[in-house]
This record gives sequence, structure tokens and C-alpha cells, in this order.
Amino acid sequence: MSEGQSLQRTPLYGCHLEAAARMVDFAGWEMPVQYTGVIEEHRAVRTAAGLFDVSHMGEVRVKGAGAEAFLQRLTPNDVSKLVPGRAHYSGLLNERGTYIDDILIYKLGAADFMVVVNASNAPRDFEWIASRAAGEPEVEVTNESDRYALLALQGPKAAGILAPLASVDVTGLKYYGFAQGKVDGVPALISRTGYTGEDGFELYLAPEDAPRVWRKLLDGGAVPAGLGARDTLRLEAAMALYGHEIDETTTPWEAGLAWVVKMDKGDFLGRDALAAQKAHGVPRKLVGFEVQGRGIARQGHAVVSEGGAVGAVTSGTWSPTFEKALGLAYVPPELAAVGTALAIDVRGRALPAVVVEIPFYRRAR
Amino acid sequence: MYPRDYLYSREHEWLRVEDDLCVLGITEFAQQELGEVVFVELPEIGQVFDANDELGTIESVKAVAEVFTPVAGEVVEVNDAVVDDPELLNEDPHGDGWLIKIRFSSADDLKTMMKADEYEEFVQSGEA
Repeated sequence: MSEGQSLQRTPLYGCHLEAAARMVDFAGWEMPVQYTGVIEEHRAVRTAAGLFDVSHMGEVRVKGAGAEAFLQRLTPNDVSKLVPGRAHYSGLLNERGTYIDDILIYKLGAADFMVVVNASNAPRDFEWIASRAAGEPEVEVTNESDRYALLALQGPKAAGILAPLASVDVTGLKYYGFAQGKVDGVPALISRTGYTGEDGFELYLAPEDAPRVWRKLLDGGAVPAGLGARDTLRLEAAMALYGHEIDETTTPWEAGLAWVVKMDKGDFLGRDALAAQKAHGVPRKLVGFEVQGRGIARQGHAVVSEGGAVGAVTSGTWSPTFEKALGLAYVPPELAAVGTALAIDVRGRALPAVVVEIPFYRRAR
Repeated sequence: MYPRDYLYSREHEWLRVEDDLCVLGITEFAQQELGEVVFVELPEIGQVFDANDELGTIESVKAVAEVFTPVAGEVVEVNDAVVDDPELLNEDPHGDGWLIKIRFSSADDLKTMMKADEYEEFVQSGEA
């Protein structure tokens, strides 16, 4: 970030300062990385409930009689299967079948969709979507990122904390289902989604309403959790993070996200490239690994074999749940089987690791 | 916050001089910046370093930090307790969380270091 360029702040900035958060620059936003500590916040989400400010995420509205057909051609998941009140995980792929971003698509109405994108990509994603919609009949694309604050209430106690404040039956919402109602008397889109591997909800609120809802949820027993815990939680759940597991060089096949791609739904952007890669086979695969020695493999560290780099770590951290170092890495397919021994070059030292099943963490249902 | 009888480096190490030995650790500021420490890697007893050499690494959940020695000399003791229980570094960075003792070869190396009030000013200035 160049000097003089100020960081953006979410409507909850004041709440973070009140809670003595450590603030950092994240994708041009001044965001809380931790309040009391990453491990403590992580464990609160796994055992009780944590509250995250993720208002930096972007929202792009796609409306009109042509909206569904447009999104169906733009994205790899099957938009025709969505009904109002349901969302799904998908991607924005380019012609090469690689990721511009990963996204959520909410079907608000028959001809009304909300696309939720990563903060780091939001301006670019909006341009991408809007430029492809230009010339499409009856598709209207607007950037509504400024219209929403977004809170994520996550953890086994999330439903119990939210239910008494909500005007709709939140316990009856299905995973990836959502409802428009009220929380503490203010309008909210309440979605049973999240990025932690736990049960939980994401609340889309008007910016001016967000601080009171934030405080109400903390009063209800949630603890504030920062981007540090968000990262360790999503990594234990082996959920991809743009700029780490996925970017403009990776396809859904490589990233283990084949379930997002519906090749039989008709043509969509990137489909030809994906069909070709499927026929030829992938050059690399994303695997989960567990470090066996002392140390932590982190993004950018090379996976080495016989002295040369054969892959790279995309994310790595200390896992508060398992109390060991875990990570995700791209490796050649022949090194991808569970149980394969890997060596990771950590500052010139070969750290032993072994390929394990992902997700590392799966909640009991 | 910062003991008056310690010396401090711009890399956030502290030294406590005991005759020809220095006890070396990282500061409260460094500990806070790192967050929860999960691994500490220290040199062997007998290893010899030049001033500003990297002598070990500290890994927290979020990041890795190299530790440098502001003074040249030979390692005469390492704190095994902090290796076994890295949380000590978060709990008591200026005391039980010390890292190594080093027999320094030149007192001149100490001259470049900051006193407690200078270090406090340094971390508060936002330059750190």
C-alpha cells in the first residue's frame, strides 16, 4: 500500500478498537487480526461461538430476466438448481478454467442474485462480471459492497445465540439456506454459511445497524474473533483461500474443487479448458499434510524431492485443534496419495511431513 | 514495562549484562507482535556468533521471526524450559522467557544498543 493511500474501514471499526483488537492491513482494509489471541479465539469458535467482522467482502447484485442464464454461463456450478432462499459456492473462472475468484451466489428471487466475492478481488470481480454482462439483454449488474456490513457468527453455540434475536426460525435453516428477516429489530439477510468448519450464520446488515447487532451477539455470549483465527479455522477445514490454494494459475480440478464444476449443465466460461485438462490429467494436486518434525511449513515453502522443488506449500500454520503444524500444498499427482512422505524446505532445512486426508477437521453432526 | 538495567536492540532483543556474560531474550513488544509462540529454535552450547548473526527462530501461529544476537560471542547456556514450553515467551519475555546466555567477546558491541527509555520511545514512535 503506497503512502498517503488510506485504508478502508468497516462500520465496525469502532467496535474493534473498543475490544482492543490488533488491527492490520488486509487487502486494503484495516481489519482485526486478533483480540485476545488466535488460539483462544480459534478454540472459542470450535467449542462455543465466535463473531467475525467480514464486512470487507464484496457484494455484486445481478438482476433481470436474463440474470440466471447469464450467471449460468459465467460460473461453473449449476445456477438453475438454486431456488430463492438458497445459496451455493462457485467460482469466477477465466477462459483457461483458472480462478479469478471463488464466490457465493445467493438466489434472492427468480431474477435477482447476489454474488459475494473476496475483498482482495472485489473491484476486479465487479469489472469482470459487469463487462461480461454488457450487451446482455436484461442483465443489470451493480456493486453493492457499500450497502452491506457482514458478520459471521460461527460455532456450536451460534444458533442458540442468534435464535432469540431473530425474527425467523434460524435453527430451521438448512446449510447454505438463507432467509430475509430481522435481527434485534433491524433488517438482515441471515445465511447458514461460514468459513470455519463449524455450524454458523452470516448476517448481511445495513452498515449503520451493524454495531448494535455486533454488541447484541457479544452480549449473547459470542467472543470477537479476528482474521488470524479465521485463517486457522478455515485451514483445519481445508477450505480454499484465494491467493493461496486458488488463483489464476489453478483450476478446480487441481484444487480439489471438482464438486463445484457441473460439466453436464451446458456451456460456461472455462469449460473447454477444463474438459481438456480433465482429458489430459492434472499436472498437480492439492493435498493436506501434517508436519512430523518441529517447525511450521508456510505459504511459499517448496516441497522437495531428490534436491529439487516438486511443489509448493499454499497455506500452513500451527493447528490449535490438533496442536501440530498442518498445511496444504500442490504436489505432482504421484505424491498425492495419503501416507506419502514429503519433505518441505523450511529456510534451508528439510522438514519431514506426510500427506493426510483433508479436511483435517470435520465437526461432529 | 522495560527493565531499566537491560539494553535493547532495534530488532527487539534485550540483553542483561552479568560480568562477561549476556542473557539474551526478546522484548515484550516483540512477543506481542508475534502472538502465541509455538516453537522456539535455539543454538547449541558452544556455538560462536558474530554480532548481528541470526541465532535462532521463533514461530508463532501467525508468523516466524528470526532472533539476532547484538553481540559477538560464544553461547554458554540455552534456556531449555522455553524450548519445551514456548508459552513462557509470551508470559514472561523479560524473565523466564530468556533465550540464551552468551559470553561476549567485545564490550564495544554493547555501545550501539538502546537504553530502556530510548527503546520505549523507539517502539512508541511507530518506526519499530
